[in-house]
Amino acid sequence: MNTIVDILASAGLWGAVLRIATPLILGTLGAVLCERSGVLNLGIEGIMTFGAMVGWLAVFNGADLWTGLLVAALGGAVFGALHALLTVTLGLSQHVSGLGVTLFASSFAYYVFRLLVPVSGSPPTIEPFQPISIPGLSDLPFIGPAFFTQTAPTYMAIALAILLAYILAKTPLGLAVRMAGENPHAAEAQGVNPMVMRYGAVIVGSALMGVGGAFLTLSAFNSFFPTMVQGRGWICIALVVFASWRPERALFGALLFAFSMASSCVFRPRLMAPCLIRYS
Amino acid sequence: MRFERREHRPAALVIATPLIAVVAALAVSGILIALAGAPVFEAYWKILVGAFGSKLSITETLTRATPLILTGLAAAVAFRAKLWNIGAEGQFYLGAIATAAVGARITEGMAPIIQIPILLAAGAVAGMVLLLLPLWLRLKFSVDEVVTTLLLNFVAILFVSMLVDTVLKDPMAFGWPQSEAVERAARLPKLIDRSRLHIGLLIAVAIAFAVHFVQSRTTFGMRARAAGLNPRGAVFAGVPLARTLVLVAMLSGGLAGLAGSIEVLGVKGYVTTDLSPGYGYSGIVVAMLANLHPLGVVLAALFTAVMFVGADGMSRSLGIPTYIADVTVALSLISMLVAVFFTQYRVRR
Repeated sequence: MNTIVDILASAGLWGAVLRIATPLILGTLGAVLCERSGVLNLGIEGIMTFGAMVGWLAVFNGADLWTGLLVAALGGAVFGALHALLTVTLGLSQHVSGLGVTLFASSFAYYVFRLLVPVSGSPPTIEPFQPISIPGLSDLPFIGPAFFTQTAPTYMAIALAILLAYILAKTPLGLAVRMAGENPHAAEAQGVNPMVMRYGAVIVGSALMGVGGAFLTLSAFNSFFPTMVQGRGWICIALVVFASWRPERALFGALLFAFSMASSCVFRPRLMAPCLIRYS
Repeated sequence: MRFERREHRPAALVIATPLIAVVAALAVSGILIALAGAPVFEAYWKILVGAFGSKLSITETLTRATPLILTGLAAAVAFRAKLWNIGAEGQFYLGAIATAAVGARITEGMAPIIQIPILLAAGAVAGMVLLLLPLWLRLKFSVDEVVTTLLLNFVAILFVSMLVDTVLKDPMAFGWPQSEAVERAARLPKLIDRSRLHIGLLIAVAIAFAVHFVQSRTTFGMRARAAGLNPRGAVFAGVPLARTLVLVAMLSGGLAGLAGSIEVLGVKGYVTTDLSPGYGYSGIVVAMLANLHPLGVVLAALFTAVMFVGADGMSRSLGIPTYIADVTVALSLISMLVAVFFTQYRVRR
């Protein structure tokens, strides 16, 4: 029993919870934005994989880390545009198109990676984002090391969750996006073009998913390998429902899911050999 | 520019659709091969040689096509009734582990003629159960089955990985997480000696014909189609929607579970967590490429298997990553969706 209490009381576990939650937060925000505009984006798993690969590849070829995140966002946006073309313009089944985008984006990412990065014994690495201590707050006992010594993208993800919650709930733009999702005909009568709203939401949402994937390779870890996203995209799809389509609740949902993932890494390290994100 | 629904669809166009889609996918993949600096036509020739060049490669391609036919049928029958079963991967694994568990613990020693049908049935039932749960949630609480079936894949695979590392772990496997094996006598007979090809292929093709018969010649087939085309209209016309969907789910989940069962009994004899290289997900591509037609599924599964097996050989000789096969298969799904759209609509300026 004592060890369990020790583990739960360690700042390391709670720091890991935030770290593990970051890609889930970013992916879920992207998925919430898409779904609020009326498009289910099952491309998320592949878009995260592609973002993880392309962001890492940019940094590996000499770009700085923020450029890497930007490249991942653009890569996500391109696949978002493809999904929007299939589902909004052509009106094809969102489920099947999304799966098609996932299969295409992930296999394309693996193909490009294998082509440009030769197979070697130890995978090539980059210098990832380093933790930033927030002055003052990081000196607090327990809370400081757990929550205020994270890398920059983690802080950014939390800020984005709050920003997206505000935009969706309180601004005319957010209202227009929600109208396009709830009742496109009424939106059109109000002078809002639902097609434009859906395109915008899917492209921006997919860019967020790409950044979420890139967090894995640029901050949590320092190299890319196939299957590293490991179903995180699908977890995000579940989180959207869990958070009842609200960005601020997505934040807490992601933390809860991340807590259970972190616990499984801590309590059963032997079973969780691919515990990618370090927890101590 | 806008789209206008065609009043009638030319039959030739409908039949040509998958071919157009595959050619388009091969063209785009060809660009990727060219960008990698390899000769495109030689690469595709090498893929064909890799899939059909020798007796061994032909049997390997057909072995690979067998589970794809079954998971393709699983997706096709469900999608036709607008039951979005994305969970074939999980049903495949649950079917596989049920077969291994029953075979290793209960039926061992029985005559093969009795044992093999029991084991196949065990796999099918396991697959059914895993799909009936999300269907129940949909009928009772209108829970979207896309999300539930998709996420149950992970539940099923993690459950299987727990079993093969604990209670069902084979103590003779040098510590590797793999399940106890089904005895040799209860494996499916080989079609060709010294190859991996087993009679599962014949079972799968026979089932495709059976599904075609059921869909085109029985009341259930008509009801399932009506439930997909217009559920409210179907109810109005007296179709028992819930009962039809339950039957569709039993058929779809059963086929996916059977695919796992046949893969265990035909190829490996035991279960590991890499038994399926995504057969459940590829089955969705196969079903769409076949335009949800059961006999088309056989051809689409063959195409997919050719790409996967052939790409291995091509990769060895030209150095193009084997992932090109996954890219082509994914692209053919997308181009098929677009091609089907243009058989239904035309562009008007």
